[in-house]
Amino acid sequence: MTELYTEGAPIRDEKAPDGPIAERWDKRRFSARLVNPANRRKLSIIIVGTGLAGASAAATLGEAGYNIKSFCYQDSPRRAHSIAAQGGINAAKNYRNDGDSIYRLFYDTVKGGDYRARESNVYRLAQVSVEIIDQCVAQGVPFAREYGGLLDNRSFGGVQVSRTFYARGQTGQQLLLGAYQALERQVAAGTVEMYTRHEMLDLIVVDGRARGIIVRDMVTGEIETHFADAVVLATGGYGNVFFLSTNAMGSNVTAIWRAHRKGAFFANPCFTQIHPTCIPVSGTYQSKLTLMSESLRNDGRIWVPKKKGDTRDPRDIPEEERDYYLERMYPAFGNLVPRDIASRAAKRVCDEGRGVGPGGLGVYLDFADAIKRMGRDAVEAKYGNLFDMYERITGENPYEVPMRIYPAVHYTMGGLWVDYDLQSTIPGLFVIGEANFSDHGANRLGASALMQGLADGYFVLPNTINDYLADGPFEKIDENHPEVKEAVEGVRARLEKLLSINGSRTVDSFHRELGKIMWDYCGMERTEEGLRKAITLIRELRDEFWRDVKVTGVNEELNQTLERAHRVADFMELAELMCIDALHRRESCGGHFRAESQTEDGEALRHDDEFAYVAAWEFTGVGEPPVLHKEALEYEYVEMKQRSYK
Amino acid sequence: MRITLRVWRQKSRDDEGRMVTYELDDVNENMSFLEMLDVLNEKLTLQGEDPIAFDHDCREGICGACGVVINGVAHGPEVTTTCQLHMRSFKDGDVIEVEPWRAKAFPVIKDLVVDRSAFDRIIQAGGYISAPTGTAPDAHSVPVPKADADRAFDAATCIGCGACVAACPNASAMLFTAAKITHLGMLPQGQPERASRVVKMVNQHDEEGFGGCTNIGECAAVCPKGIPLDTISQLNNDLLSALASGKL
Amino acid sequence: MAITGAILVLFLIAHMYGNLMIFGGQEAFDEYSHHLRVLGAPMLPTNGFLWIMRVVLLASVLIHMYAAFTLWNRARQATAGKGSRRYHSKKNRTGVQRTYASFTMRWGGVVIALFVLYHLLHLTTNHIAPGGASDSPYERVVNGFQIWWVVLTYFISMLAVGFHLRHGLWSAVQTLGKNKARRQRAINAVATAVAVAITVGFLIPPFSVLFGLVG
Repeated sequence: MTELYTEGAPIRDEKAPDGPIAERWDKRRFSARLVNPANRRKLSIIIVGTGLAGASAAATLGEAGYNIKSFCYQDSPRRAHSIAAQGGINAAKNYRNDGDSIYRLFYDTVKGGDYRARESNVYRLAQVSVEIIDQCVAQGVPFAREYGGLLDNRSFGGVQVSRTFYARGQTGQQLLLGAYQALERQVAAGTVEMYTRHEMLDLIVVDGRARGIIVRDMVTGEIETHFADAVVLATGGYGNVFFLSTNAMGSNVTAIWRAHRKGAFFANPCFTQIHPTCIPVSGTYQSKLTLMSESLRNDGRIWVPKKKGDTRDPRDIPEEERDYYLERMYPAFGNLVPRDIASRAAKRVCDEGRGVGPGGLGVYLDFADAIKRMGRDAVEAKYGNLFDMYERITGENPYEVPMRIYPAVHYTMGGLWVDYDLQSTIPGLFVIGEANFSDHGANRLGASALMQGLADGYFVLPNTINDYLADGPFEKIDENHPEVKEAVEGVRARLEKLLSINGSRTVDSFHRELGKIMWDYCGMERTEEGLRKAITLIRELRDEFWRDVKVTGVNEELNQTLERAHRVADFMELAELMCIDALHRRESCGGHFRAESQTEDGEALRHDDEFAYVAAWEFTGVGEPPVLHKEALEYEYVEMKQRSYK
Repeated sequence: MRITLRVWRQKSRDDEGRMVTYELDDVNENMSFLEMLDVLNEKLTLQGEDPIAFDHDCREGICGACGVVINGVAHGPEVTTTCQLHMRSFKDGDVIEVEPWRAKAFPVIKDLVVDRSAFDRIIQAGGYISAPTGTAPDAHSVPVPKADADRAFDAATCIGCGACVAACPNASAMLFTAAKITHLGMLPQGQPERASRVVKMVNQHDEEGFGGCTNIGECAAVCPKGIPLDTISQLNNDLLSALASGKL
Repeated sequence: MAITGAILVLFLIAHMYGNLMIFGGQEAFDEYSHHLRVLGAPMLPTNGFLWIMRVVLLASVLIHMYAAFTLWNRARQATAGKGSRRYHSKKNRTGVQRTYASFTMRWGGVVIALFVLYHLLHLTTNHIAPGGASDSPYERVVNGFQIWWVVLTYFISMLAVGFHLRHGLWSAVQTLGKNKARRQRAINAVATAVAVAITVGFLIPPFSVLFGLVG
């Protein structure tokens, strides 16, 4: 294994204060230096990405009086992929009087993350969760309400209290529009300069500090440099390395990967979350996967035929020839086992050749019993919109024929390593939202992604970035600075290279193949042998990509093929690091399941003595062994336990 | 199935543009409309031709990035976004005509990609509630009647795709503007800026070069999120009372 | 547009009511016609009411037309001069749900404007007098409408008015901010009913004359 990576000095979060956990955030806010309002006007911040984290940070820092430049690759900041989040947002409001508290939200999150998240960060997240709801309501986010006019709550997977606030099945959309509107208000006020259809292609680091970014104007192809006193990346997750995921088509790793190449450590890259209830792949042309709310598992029964390769109409398969495998294997929780367990079980039965639908990658989620028990109207009232969505996509009527579902990648817990201030290992480079690794450990709980994005953007970053900016403004630099020139040249050369290969395979065909490798060997279940094989395959594919990819057109135009090509090129490098990370972590935890490390019942088995740390990776070159820096995780407030769902 | 596509090709903003015909023999009815375009683009790329540019991102009907006029109808024959339209809505042998949104305020950038930044500027003009971070009172301090909250939500589901403009014979963006006016106007938090908001947003709407509303209703009929036509009535109501009250 | 339209609709209803007086015979009709001239007397001089009315109507018509041309012009600009014909596809040219009435608002409005001129020259000033001029309003009506093509011109014009009202009435309610989702169907039904009633109401007298039921 040592040939694949080397181990460097351990790393530590220097910013988190010690003392009682409930006082740490207050303590840090007090110890962080401030920038007085008059000086803020002299300081500039670049924020890349306009999802929940990026838009809320840009709006808040703009309100504070800093000069903000905000960038997004979409045609409008409102399209960032936070918009697609369905379920809800957690907050420890205890409006239900059901025993919820900040401490309980903290506890649930650490436990749900399978004890691979930092206590201090998670506690702070739980603390500010309360303020997020207040802020969003004040902005006009139309959360669901009860007849008395007060906010409604629902419960969500893995917890026993009702603390999830929601806006029908479109909570992400409503929260993002709230942040987007706050952002546009600052654009109108002149504190934020918005750059849409601009994609970050590199980070500018001068004298060891992040000082700007290189972007491509996606309409004209112009390569621009933008400078600032600090750079914030809010560019989301990298689930699209799997090609098929629930991420948006444009979601990519480029911004954080380029920062990683410039010296920012990448933490826990192999921690990915795979959601069990997605609409399965219907053919090779498939471009993305669509999530269906997990709530379907409350009334639907999951099964596959007992016989291999049974292609009969599901309605013709008699009861005794069906295998309700979750009910069989987990009698206590049945169809309601946690996401990772349900996902793995589905994969296992499909691997046995008992999967259903095109390609045999699917299992039935059957509502026939529920319809018999509750009546069709009751089922429709509860799940009507989901059934409609299913029918629109598959053309099958789920009231008549059982739904087919299959797991899909939808969130990445890993990301750039940050300290308590959300600053990466490059001074002046801050990373927020899904792009950082900080709060979810090895597994994220439902309705916590929205909470973290907004916590980082509205409340955490605006209170910590000033500690760094208090040393600014930094020395002025321009495009003639040697380090800037070199970075710009690097970007140009890479684009020219991509355009000049003129090979025989399309970008998508490479991406699809990369995704297949990752899904097969670095997906729901990982083995030493598989991961080693994957690394070899990825390296070969990467070489082939740079030899044989075909990118049409020129740089100086709107060129969507070129955009995809440079994103896929970065995925090719990330994929290798993910496999190395997965390979080195010889334990199972949360979303990371190593077949070699399981309990007798087939559950994830952690090795806390060896692996209770964050793996922060340092880049050394493409195909070169990265350096592992371990950040030890200490638990003072939560006791580490094994999960059980029998 | 076999499909003949006639697609608007335009190299750049200043290019003339024209309809170009393509044939596809191996279309699967379970493909989404955009996946069908992906397949065509793969083919074009391998032939060394420029693939068709079109905006798209989430492909689950919520980001609002995609949207083309299919056979003269914004988002095509089903009331949904283009990404959620599937080829089973067409027949073997169909000729499908694909064009970009057309409006002066939405200039074509390339092929089927248009510039919708006018929508952002309408929001900038007043489509928000001024609530700086940290100033908010407890979320439960102001109850909101469920009926108001629900109506606000219905209007707030607008995805800003621009189909309303593409479908409107006047190329008016009234439904988009009205959706935001109604969303914020129904909530107690939106009251202080209600009068100035509607005036500023409508002024910006007109300045962007969108046409005026003549209540034809095509916008609501193609809206993938079903924003109701009465939001425009709400906008008119708010505008009249704002002008009458004079407190702008 | 909505307010001036509403004034014009009220006028049309009064006008239609007056027209139906023709069934009372020549004396009643001419008496009604004269009565309009002395309405409000002695507070107002002779013809005073009529002139007030004419000024209000003329102002309404001019404002209505001005607003219409502004909207028309804006639509031409906004669609780059191509109106609803801005797509190459010839499919679905009639839209998804739009009414025929909504298509005919602009050109239908022009037809109505030309008709009003013709109508004033015919029955008010009597410069055009098919069938013979007369000082009696009743006779003017009867003389004119005994000729088939005069009735035909009125028939076509009244259809234009009917369509204009069908969309105009609904549109006015929406513009004045009084539409609600649950009322929308009813508003459209009322708009259709009123449009039909006014069209039919106006067409009864000329057809009655043509078929010899009057005169």
